[in-house]
Amino acid sequence: MNFDTLELSKSMRRLLLLLLILPMALLVMGVYGGLMQALFRAGIVTSDPFVGGEYYRGLTLHGVINALVFTTFFAVAFGHAVITKTLNKALNERWAWTSGILMIVGTVMTALTIFAGRADVLYTFYPPLQADFFFYLGLVLVVVGSWIAFFTWIPPYLEWRRENPGTKTPLAAVGIFVTFIVWFIASIAVAVEIIVLIMPWVLGWVDGINAMLARTLFWMFGHPLVYFWLLPVYVMYYTMLPRLAGGKLYSDTAGRLVFFMFIVFSIPVGTHHQLMDPGISSEWKLIQGFFTFMVALPSLITAFTLAASLEYAGRKRGGKGLFGWMFKLPYFDTSRWLFAYFITGLILFIFGGISGIINASYQMNAVVHNTAWLPGHFHMTVAGPVILGMLGMSLYMVAKLTGKKIRMKKMVLAVPYVYSVGLLMMSWGLMRGGLQGMPRRTNTGLTYSNPDSALYRADWQLFTDVVVVGASIMFLAMVVYFVAFFLTLVYRRAEEPSMSFGWTESVHESPTPVRWLHNFRPWVIVALVLIFVTYAPVMYDVTTSNYGTSPRYGPDSPAPRVSPSPQSEDLPPPSSSDAEAGDERAERLDLLIE
Amino acid sequence: MDKSEALALGLSAVLLLVFFVAIIYASTARGIDVPTCITDPDPFQRGQLIEHAEDRYEVQMIAQMWSFQPRRIEIPAGSQLDIYLRAADILHGFKIEGTNINMMAVPGSINYMQLTFDEPGTYPLICHEYCGVGHHNMRGEIVVTES
Repeated sequence: MNFDTLELSKSMRRLLLLLLILPMALLVMGVYGGLMQALFRAGIVTSDPFVGGEYYRGLTLHGVINALVFTTFFAVAFGHAVITKTLNKALNERWAWTSGILMIVGTVMTALTIFAGRADVLYTFYPPLQADFFFYLGLVLVVVGSWIAFFTWIPPYLEWRRENPGTKTPLAAVGIFVTFIVWFIASIAVAVEIIVLIMPWVLGWVDGINAMLARTLFWMFGHPLVYFWLLPVYVMYYTMLPRLAGGKLYSDTAGRLVFFMFIVFSIPVGTHHQLMDPGISSEWKLIQGFFTFMVALPSLITAFTLAASLEYAGRKRGGKGLFGWMFKLPYFDTSRWLFAYFITGLILFIFGGISGIINASYQMNAVVHNTAWLPGHFHMTVAGPVILGMLGMSLYMVAKLTGKKIRMKKMVLAVPYVYSVGLLMMSWGLMRGGLQGMPRRTNTGLTYSNPDSALYRADWQLFTDVVVVGASIMFLAMVVYFVAFFLTLVYRRAEEPSMSFGWTESVHESPTPVRWLHNFRPWVIVALVLIFVTYAPVMYDVTTSNYGTSPRYGPDSPAPRVSPSPQSEDLPPPSSSDAEAGDERAERLDLLIE
Repeated sequence: MDKSEALALGLSAVLLLVFFVAIIYASTARGIDVPTCITDPDPFQRGQLIEHAEDRYEVQMIAQMWSFQPRRIEIPAGSQLDIYLRAADILHGFKIEGTNINMMAVPGSINYMQLTFDEPGTYPLICHEYCGVGHHNMRGEIVVTES
């Protein structure tokens, strides 16, 4: 079998570089925004040169760039490379470029609306808060662009299956397809939310929106989204990490089982983000809570399989005794610098995973919901294994694709360790503060962390200060990374560009395909059935137990927007058709004046 | 799949099952539950505190940009408080510190939770969902007085 011999064409190399470098440049802005959030929250700064005093604009940028744009671009670039290399098949370049251009146009569109101050809605953009039309259009283009990338991989795969009957699909290709199957199914929900509910409402074609339905559709997308972030990194963990560590993957079959379980259990879980919401019966919340525990299962298997693989490597390198192997791993080997990005992510994910199970534990969610605990948790997942894996792999791929030598290698090796120390401090501050009631998504610097404010909370000050120290350490590590990344790019080419991944072998592997782990179709069918069963009652609840719809609101005024233009700040006309709503609005305005 | 792997898988499944059983126990035997869907609430338009009995109160809480209505309520220690929460404009959050009262206020739906306040003191009440430029000012309080 000719495996991993096909070289990427020049045009594909260019596309991949564009998809890796452009979001990296944006990430500089996103990471800066992250540091600013910590400083704003602690009350150390009250304005910065880019967003002025608009904390929530910075937060929107930070979320959209880091969590949506950077991750999606990376997944597409990584997917293109993995599919081409593992299947040894060239992709349709015209469609690959179309996908890339759509994503870039979408990103620019969305970023401009945020910078222009017309989309201070955070990355969850819950209606009836309304952003500029182009904010939503940009997001749709990014998503549709990523779908097209996925579609370009299907014909070569079908061809590969025809040519290689009775051969297992390479594990990395399985992982990438699972990533994008989950993404495709889940993003249909957000596409419906944006195209069917939000866009006609933003344009003024309809007057009201069902806020609860929009929110439910968002989380139907929003939780599988986190697996879309995580799965490309799982591909690296399963197919590259064991070899980097000097060993083999413990079990290839376990890897396949894990990926297929993600197809089934990633999506029927979104309601666990809405445990404290009205309008959804608690039984349905409990059922989705059950499936949330099911989706923890593949991650627990992963923890075992990867630990076993690392132990295998450590023992091969001379580790003795029960834990001796742990000290033999190449933590500080510059020739295996990528290992550092993987192992730190894995360690962080232990804490990220545990705190995630706490969040998902139904009534226990009441203790932590929307407190600072939540960003403390998800920074140990998305800003832990996900970002570290993606940063490491971006640098690795860019060096391979350009044929350049990585600069400042020792510093590059130190980055994930320093970053992780900062991250653990920041997350501790956020989580501990959250347990004391400190809210997330709040510019605490103006009130709760401001000694001059009547709302000042002296007991939270320690936590916001620890967050500042942690975030500063993370920021420092990221500056070093960015310098190394862009320095690597500007140096002269050292060798012929050639994309290759160091694929790992397995200790346990069945030579022929395991029948039930060979095809995607049955898993997708089960997933669709589960989504229907778990979401039909939820959708029934949120569409029927609703008392009217909501008009458009801007973040700057308690009065609804009259014209669809987000710039309009007019008060509503005095004669409202709905007398009751009119009275209520008047009362609210009275209260404000008072 | 080899033996140790099957064992790890089995133990993981058992661990998660134990967690889930604990959730069911807390929800059924201890009555600690999450908010549910209310299909027929008394329609209410303005925030108010209603005294049903000496130790039984109901608050109809309106969350709006950027305040709670009523902003401050006073009840005697040992009272049971029924909280109905309604969003007047956009999404808001509602958390009473030091308690398990934590709710989302979503326009178009009524949220509900109940708690008996035994300890006297001042319980800060904070909006924890982003609701526009004044979000960080949105705070109220529940004062529980000695009975």
